[in-house]
Amino acid sequence: MNKSFFKGLRHSLPIAIGYFAVSFSFGILTAKYLKFGFSAVSSGILSLTNVTSAGQFAAVTAIAGGAGLVEMAILQFIINLRYALMGFSLNQKLPENMSLFQRSVIAFGNTDEIFAVAISGKYPLSFQYMLGLEVLPVFTWTAGTVVGFLAGEILPKSVSTALGIALYGMLISIVTPVARKEKSVRTVVLISVMLSCLLFYTPFLNKINSGFAVVICTVISSAVGAVFFPVKEEENEV
Amino acid sequence: MRYNIYIYILVMAVVTYLIRALPLTVFNKKIKNKYILSFLHYVPYTCLSAMILPAIFYSTSSIISAVAGFSVAVILGYFKKGLVTVAVSASIAVFAVEMIMHIY
Repeated sequence: MNKSFFKGLRHSLPIAIGYFAVSFSFGILTAKYLKFGFSAVSSGILSLTNVTSAGQFAAVTAIAGGAGLVEMAILQFIINLRYALMGFSLNQKLPENMSLFQRSVIAFGNTDEIFAVAISGKYPLSFQYMLGLEVLPVFTWTAGTVVGFLAGEILPKSVSTALGIALYGMLISIVTPVARKEKSVRTVVLISVMLSCLLFYTPFLNKINSGFAVVICTVISSAVGAVFFPVKEEENEV
Repeated sequence: MRYNIYIYILVMAVVTYLIRALPLTVFNKKIKNKYILSFLHYVPYTCLSAMILPAIFYSTSSIISAVAGFSVAVILGYFKKGLVTVAVSASIAVFAVEMIMHIY
């Protein structure tokens, strides 16, 4: 374990804390679905093996509704498809000689927030740094779920809702400085937000699953950016 | 019919992992095309912002506290404050506004 690992660990602290709060509320939720097989152990394993917020919350409802396995697979595919887009983007920031094994390991913990922190860092991203970035959030995501399941009442609601916005705050801190600096980013971000609001508030369109809506917004606005503001070679070699 | 919870968990974990792993492993050639590179350059920002808005407004117990937290985060982010500062300040803003709303 070297310096990069500890650097990643340090960068992951705010994510780890935010994850504890969010997965805590996930644990509280699953505790209400005991008869569908949720226990402290199964909820913990669910969080440990999936590490997705939206996907897991949606799954609880699906399981309670007696979803089929194909239905569940499609649901997760749609909600989590954004990770593929993030994966392709992250892939550009990894050293070309990173081994298949190392890639398979870091792919596991590529969540929204970890991706956000990773792409705002120095490239190329080393395996050690990515590992350091992922290990603690995955742990607190799991631990928060179990603790939330067992002791949902200990954390006052005012504290858990306040912490709920922390993850959004982190994402905002990643986007705003770049949007301020680059007019092209500012433009595509505005397009994406407008599309997102359109899909959220328009009757009928708001039936689209929120995870898939993110994919639609990302693909359209990034494509507009690629056509109207193609990035020069050197800007990508940060 | 309803399946054992661990079967559901397995299906979910496999689907989610494949989505995450395939772009990093099978398609791991560096892309040279200018337009695809540009597309991928914008993905982080468009993807994250679509996730933030408008969902953030419904992430707390009232839209008013959420707007307060959002505003604090955007202002601090604009002035390039670090990730932790922004996240913690947004949480404090939400907490404070909800306390005030609770009193009145």
